[in-house]
Amino acid sequence: MKTLAAQELATVRRIIEECKGRPGPLIELLHAIQAELGFIPPEAVPVVAEGLNLSRAEVHGVVTFYHFFRRARPGRSTVSLCQAEACQSMGAAALSEHARQRLGVGFHETTADGRYTLEPVYCLGNCACSPAAMIDGELYGRLTPERFDALLAEDATSS
Amino acid sequence: MSRLVYVPRDAGALSLGAEAVAQSLRAEARRRGVALELVRNGSRGAYWLEPLLEVAGEDGVRRAYGPVSVRDVPSLFQADFLAGGAHPLALGPTEELPWFRGQQRLTFERVGRIDPASVADYVRHGGYAGLTRALGLAPGEIVAAVTTSGLRGRGGAAFPTGIKWKTVSEQAARQKYIACNADEGDSGTFADRMLMEGDPFALIEGMTIAALAVGATQGYIYLRAEYPHARRALETALAAAYQAHYLGADVAGSGRRFDLEVRLGAGAYICGEETSMLESLEGRRGEVRVRPPLPAIKGLYGQPTVVNNVITLASVPWILAHGAQAYADYGSGRSRGTLPIQLAGNIRRGGLVERAFGLSLRELLYDYGGGSASGRPIRTVQIGGPLGAYVPAGQFDTLLDYEALAGIGAMLGHGGIVVFDDTVDMARMARYAMEFCALESCGKCTPCRIGSTRGVEVIDRILAGEDGERNLKLLEALCDTMVQGSLCGLGGMAPFPVQSALKHFREDFRAQVR
Repeated sequence: MKTLAAQELATVRRIIEECKGRPGPLIELLHAIQAELGFIPPEAVPVVAEGLNLSRAEVHGVVTFYHFFRRARPGRSTVSLCQAEACQSMGAAALSEHARQRLGVGFHETTADGRYTLEPVYCLGNCACSPAAMIDGELYGRLTPERFDALLAEDATSS
Repeated sequence: MSRLVYVPRDAGALSLGAEAVAQSLRAEARRRGVALELVRNGSRGAYWLEPLLEVAGEDGVRRAYGPVSVRDVPSLFQADFLAGGAHPLALGPTEELPWFRGQQRLTFERVGRIDPASVADYVRHGGYAGLTRALGLAPGEIVAAVTTSGLRGRGGAAFPTGIKWKTVSEQAARQKYIACNADEGDSGTFADRMLMEGDPFALIEGMTIAALAVGATQGYIYLRAEYPHARRALETALAAAYQAHYLGADVAGSGRRFDLEVRLGAGAYICGEETSMLESLEGRRGEVRVRPPLPAIKGLYGQPTVVNNVITLASVPWILAHGAQAYADYGSGRSRGTLPIQLAGNIRRGGLVERAFGLSLRELLYDYGGGSASGRPIRTVQIGGPLGAYVPAGQFDTLLDYEALAGIGAMLGHGGIVVFDDTVDMARMARYAMEFCALESCGKCTPCRIGSTRGVEVIDRILAGEDGERNLKLLEALCDTMVQGSLCGLGGMAPFPVQSALKHFREDFRAQVR
């Protein structure tokens, strides 16, 4: 099995040390790893298991249970489009189809240039301003296909 | 003289450009040499007017302008908006707007009015009066006040809060916990988010009062990962509350300890179910626990635990400060107090309406909401999130209280109402209900795990024209099995939207031409 690069391993070990004295630390620890590395590398699972005195199965089980944790490196930006009922009532399906066409990927996929990962999300709590999306932690409301394209264009010029 | 100007930092307002408006206001004021003090408040909840800018006049009255975009900023200064000048976006005194005038804001009394990062502003607006009152009462008296108020769990289950607290208070244990369920996953709901972003100290105070009442010393706010703005607001408020000694070893000089922290969920709808949330708080997969034992007896780490929703806990300070009977005087039937209703989806004036129980759906949808956003007739509303029934237009005279809705086979849940116009395809919505359940099932029980996937397949066969009548009967039987046989509310209630769609909109379940 592949092992972690030295730097990633050091990051994971440090996070384990920071979290392991706390009650029920596994999910907090996984959040911390994902915040720093962008995802939970599968090779980190045995390291975390050993550090917290859990089985690999327990750690793997938690990583795979929660939609938020990803096991592959995401694109530089993550675009999450709400698919829940309130957004559906305001055209979320058409917006999602537009985004898939525009980015050329489906949900849970990353564009070939490694720039965007497209994700579905089930409610962002912005249901009076549907349809909603979150791009890298920023919330957007009343999105239209035109506005979506404008956001991508702004993103392209800013980076 | 420097004028107080309010521009919300609420996530919904930010999603419509409030940050850019705030920055532009600052820059324009600097350019013109005008003194201006910007407060980043929560949202008033009138989302069709966001970004809603307010100016505090010399008379103390706040006047609103909205919805404001960056390109309106220079003209606002030209119109001397700081002195209440006329402008096309001027709305007059905020609280005189018809939308606000009829509301009865108790739990949300401070949301949008105060600086959510400031303990001093919270106290100035009546905050911590409830805790002060509670510190003068015996634990049993606090529980009795909550019982008398008639407060029922606002997360959706509507269980009497006082009874839950009494059970926890009667347990002998070395450690008890207060766990706040802030995993607001229902589509159409955003009251928890608004409160946490706009008045986080109300939640902190409510949890502190709960801790005093039951003898708990540790609290957790289980917050969904989809709410980064609420997380920042809570972290800021928690630090401020510790700094001011409203949390920690000596709460408000009482000698009582209460520690509180935020724990993040990780995108699992099921963790809004209380036992699944406890599993997740302990760092495990969010699989539901078999009840009994109840969390009030064996909850977090096997210890007695109060599990309440954000709105339930944030209503407690008002009840303690103003009296249990004052709260109970609002409402209808066995639904006492007020309900923060969230108007969402295809609605012209969406947002938060807090009113005593007993408002009719029609009043809400047309008087407050102004009809659909698309201008087309409203065909149905889904109440109470993805597990709630679809209510057809013919039943819009139903009153919004727990019992009246139960009477038509619906439920209030967390008070979210999602509006659909007449273009909605109800077979598709029914299919989505099953699909969502399949996606979010924790997998512990078979009716939910397998039933939801079979549900999607059966609906697909109906729409493909395969043996329509037989498959419709099969779908009904499947719904029945899930309702009767599931371990928790996810599998047990996911059929409700399906059953209501079948009952009221059966014509949508015809074979579709491919």
